[in-house]
Amino acid sequence: MAERRYTKTHEWVTVDGKHATIGITDFAQSQLGDVVFLELPSVGRKLGERETFGVIESVKAASDLYSPVAGRISAVNDKLSGKPELVNSDPYGDGWILKLELAGDPPSDLLDEAAYKKVTEAAAG
Amino acid sequence: MVDFGGWEMPQQYSSIRDEHLAVRKVAGLFDVSHMGRFRVAGDSSLEFVQHLVTNDVAQLAHGQAQYNLLLNEDAGIVDDLVVYRGSEGWFVVVNASNREKDLEWFRSHAPSDVEIEDRTFELALIAFQGPRAQELLPWQGAALDSIPYFGFGHGDVAGIHALISRTGYTGEDGFELFVSSDRVGEVWDAILEHGRSAGVLPAGLGARDATRLEAALRLWGNDMDETVNPYEAGLGWTVKPAKGDFIGREAVQRARAEGPRRQLVGLKMQPGDIARHGAAVSSQGRRLGVITSGTHSFFLGYPIALASVEARSLQVGDRAVVEVRGREAPAEVVKLPFYRGSARSLSEKKEGRHG
Repeated sequence: MAERRYTKTHEWVTVDGKHATIGITDFAQSQLGDVVFLELPSVGRKLGERETFGVIESVKAASDLYSPVAGRISAVNDKLSGKPELVNSDPYGDGWILKLELAGDPPSDLLDEAAYKKVTEAAAG
Repeated sequence: MVDFGGWEMPQQYSSIRDEHLAVRKVAGLFDVSHMGRFRVAGDSSLEFVQHLVTNDVAQLAHGQAQYNLLLNEDAGIVDDLVVYRGSEGWFVVVNASNREKDLEWFRSHAPSDVEIEDRTFELALIAFQGPRAQELLPWQGAALDSIPYFGFGHGDVAGIHALISRTGYTGEDGFELFVSSDRVGEVWDAILEHGRSAGVLPAGLGARDATRLEAALRLWGNDMDETVNPYEAGLGWTVKPAKGDFIGREAVQRARAEGPRRQLVGLKMQPGDIARHGAAVSSQGRRLGVITSGTHSFFLGYPIALASVEARSLQVGDRAVVEVRGREAPAEVVKLPFYRGSARSLSEKKEGRHG
């Protein structure tokens, strides 16, 4: 399993060769609370780095979803339409959101586990 | 944790979904100590309370409670509250966000022989709500089955004295328990321990908002405020002008004669379209009003909302659209309440009662 990297806006990505998997972090899901719906794009769409690709709706609020990497969508987690709560219960596993075929290298400013932990500690205040 | 009327409260203890379903299927335990609690004492307490509120408190026997409104002189709703009449005097429970305003309101209108004591901090309030609440409450004292809806009595939980009323804010059968603040933790733990194997859960603000909204119980500050009269909030049944004079009586009678300018309606939304407070509601290109409360109902499986719209503009079965995430989301007008739980009924309408 490739090492998980993070963004300051609380997405995660794992990269395996040209294939990336993305989702939102455990911190993000705990802040959002119970997720009730995700509005997700279709397979084949091209996303730029930091591009908004959908909306995640929790009981508390609706938030935009950003792609941490650029690429073409190769899979969308269909399970989330029936069980959006997977994002809460297993954000790094069954709660993954998209798979992408990478266009170029992933950005160099992605955070490792320790750096992301600092971001969440600052955000939790 | 979130700030709610100056109190730090949990949105959820575990998950809003699980807590919400526990309340609907078994029972859930809410800490509602944020709500304001005042004792009213003195010889002319009955006349004083009767002059402040809309409902007829002279109808109350000792051991009975009643849902009420405080109005201003223009018939705007200052707050909604529950009035308790005990053998030792009167007691009221008001909204957390209005506690200081209401205390000032009570005190500024009180005659010299009536004293208003704020008991909010010495007396905690917890609510045990659900279809199995009576069966699962570890209780010793007044026979629970003999306490009618909106009645109250005394007894013990875990050896600690509690005043218990068959009231609530979820649409389910259940109780609210007034317990000394320094002992309430023991009562809380005893109820959860006793009910754990049956599926009883502690429930936070998220489950409270969802269950009260399914039951179409109004929330002051969302569904009504000082610019809304009782008829516009669908709470005309709490107004009893025949009882004699009270603050706002003249204006409320005028409002009734003129008819409401707006009404509260229930909306059923498509999965994922949560209508948020303040979102525009329209039909056939015409703006009719705004969403006052909205959430996703984990129990019903779709989002629900209350909207304040032009009077007579929408009927049950009509279609409307609500602004959700910058687009027009379809909505269907449905009958209220969205869900009728196990709550016992009064002879009067139960929509709009209060916890």
